Amino acid sequence: MAAVAAAEVAVAAAVECELDNRMSQPLIEIRGLTKIYRVGIETIHALRGVDFDLYQGEMVAIMGASGSGKSTLMNTLGCLDQPTAGTYKLGGRLVSELDSNELAAVRNKEIGFVFQSFELLPRLSALENVELPLLYSQGQGWGWRKRRRQIAKDVLDRVGLADRMDHRPSQLSGGQKQRVAIARAILTEPKILMADEPTGNLDSVTTGEILELFEKIHRDGQTVVMVTHENDVAAHCQRVLRLRDGLILSDLPVEQDESVGPIAKARRSMTEC
Amino acid sequence: MLSPLFYFESILLAFRQIWANKLRSALTALGIIVGVASTTGVIAALTGLKTQVLKEFETFGAARLYVWPSRPANAPRNRFPWEKVRLRASEAKAIEEQCRSVKCVTPISSTSLSVQSTNETLDGVSVTGMWPAWHQTENRQVIMGRPFSNADIDNARQVCLVNDLAIRDLKLKNDPVGEHLVIGGRRFLIVGVVETITERMTGFNTISAELFIPFPLMEKFQDRDYFMQIVAMANSPDEAEDAKVEITRVMKKIRGLGPDDPETFRVQAIDQFINQFKSIASGITAAAAGIVAISLLVGGIGIMNIMLVSVSERTREIGLRKAVGATPAAILLQFLLEAVTLCLVGGLVGVMFGQGFAILVRMIPGARLEQATVPSWAIALAFVFSAVVGVVFGMFPAIKASRLDPIEALRHD
Ligand SMILES: Nc1ncnc2c1ncn2[C@@H]1O[C@H](COP(=O)(O)OP(=O)(O)O)[C@@H](O)[C@H]1O
Ligand SMILES: [Mg+2]
Repeated sequence: MAAVAAAEVAVAAAVECELDNRMSQPLIEIRGLTKIYRVGIETIHALRGVDFDLYQGEMVAIMGASGSGKSTLMNTLGCLDQPTAGTYKLGGRLVSELDSNELAAVRNKEIGFVFQSFELLPRLSALENVELPLLYSQGQGWGWRKRRRQIAKDVLDRVGLADRMDHRPSQLSGGQKQRVAIARAILTEPKILMADEPTGNLDSVTTGEILELFEKIHRDGQTVVMVTHENDVAAHCQRVLRLRDGLILSDLPVEQDESVGPIAKARRSMTEC
Repeated sequence: MLSPLFYFESILLAFRQIWANKLRSALTALGIIVGVASTTGVIAALTGLKTQVLKEFETFGAARLYVWPSRPANAPRNRFPWEKVRLRASEAKAIEEQCRSVKCVTPISSTSLSVQSTNETLDGVSVTGMWPAWHQTENRQVIMGRPFSNADIDNARQVCLVNDLAIRDLKLKNDPVGEHLVIGGRRFLIVGVVETITERMTGFNTISAELFIPFPLMEKFQDRDYFMQIVAMANSPDEAEDAKVEITRVMKKIRGLGPDDPETFRVQAIDQFINQFKSIASGITAAAAGIVAISLLVGGIGIMNIMLVSVSERTREIGLRKAVGATPAAILLQFLLEAVTLCLVGGLVGVMFGQGFAILVRMIPGARLEQATVPSWAIALAFVFSAVVGVVFGMFPAIKASRLDPIEALRHD
């Protein structure tokens, strides 16, 4: 009985916490986000007016068929690309009003981005790749070089690669490369960690390991947005956002998602039997 | 904005980049290396020549001044007849008496005469008339016997000095003082022997027999309007300029020339020769600078070319750096410093080759360039030029890199 009561209290607390988050200002607020590519005479509507809010502490999966606009959305959220129309507020600030230096500072401090193809610099060691963002953190004195190295070492330790610090990317496996990339992304303790198909180039065993790492980082309080088109991957998240042809098809908690949630899971395992 | 640490790390990065592409970097910097090496080499050789020549001028006497007769340029011959233009011993006397910056002065006039000794008769022997000050102006001392005295001059005594070649050619005794010579039909007593100076790059080498007699006797051997020059010594090289002004004033006064009248004489200080030489040397230096300008231009275009290649090769890297927070200024600085570092390394290698060239030149026998060395101003200039080339030709590729759109750059393959 006592256990049930305790569980109820815990659930109530969680709901309250959720409500708290919802009531406070969203970390990301996008309205009518549109992206049009012009290739020759052709125009491609990659995003046709996307609205959603994202709160601190969430772990969100963005799903959708290939070409549905997931990467375009992520690049825009990561301040790597500008939308054709619509507004994007990050932490209450309109991104379209930032100049190139402010954008650089946002990318440096507030956003950690993980790419599908890792994007490590081949000539630098794992450690040097990880500390790269801190190279661009400004206003630091001479002692900074040492401290920076220590911060990078600590983060590499966190992703379980302390023993591979001095290796070049070419001497690392795919999973290890992605760990280095994740370490680099969380180095500056960004408000939000974004990943565009982070397991797209990995085998299933390594994918599991990397997802566990993402979950661990999320449990430590990190807000995470992740693009994937694998249901298993999305099942690790709390909320699933589905895109189709540049529009939001659905935006539901993971339990309610038709193909990721527990019902779907049960159905899948039944058909498998 | 960007911290000193960032500059330092960008330079470190530049060295890594250069080292990673050793061969390419070396070939790229070749233009700069050749330009700087050839120019510093030429400047080193010139510096050696200059030091040598100036040293010889110095021993030759920087305090010396010459007075020459000189017809004004473009003036009609009949307005300035020779007898008005030629110098006179009385003018030398006036300079001696009236110019305070002049230590001593002598008229000099030479002619060829037949000379007879006890054992030999020679035609066409060089005979020079002068005053005792000649020993000072020419820096040639009496090594045996005595020099002329003022009494010898004033009384036009028939005494003479000989050099060692005259002793040989006229078959005189080793110590000829006290012997007699018949010069141009007059009997002269040898009172001393004048030293012979063999090596002087500015002329007046004693290569034959010479006789010297008191100046007043010279008039007896020559036409009425014979040629003479006046040589004066200033108290010190510093006063040469003052002495020149004083001599000019005295000469004009004697000749009754107004301030606007053309001068019928010319006063020349040795520093004018030095200046002439210096201007030739700086002309050659300017030509060398021209070479460096052209080769640095060529070298700079090579640098720009390779930097453009580098930017395009590293587009993805630039995109990634921007994605993790590099500002346009940081990217610009990184590429600019890479170009500048490459140029400076090229400049350094060039200077080293130039110095090596200087050392080689020093060892050429007989070239007398023992003083050849790359002056520090040339080294400084070489580095400044290299850096400027790096900035000028690295700027365009660096700007190109800094303006890359992060996502475009990351899509590049
Ligand atoms: N740089 C680009 N130029 C032109 N069209 C593009 C570009 N990037 C993406 N697209 C188009 O926009 C649409 C969405 O692409 P994307 O966001 O990459 O989809 P996803 O990541 O979901 O596969 C696609 O039709 C794609 O062809
Ligand atoms: Mg994609």
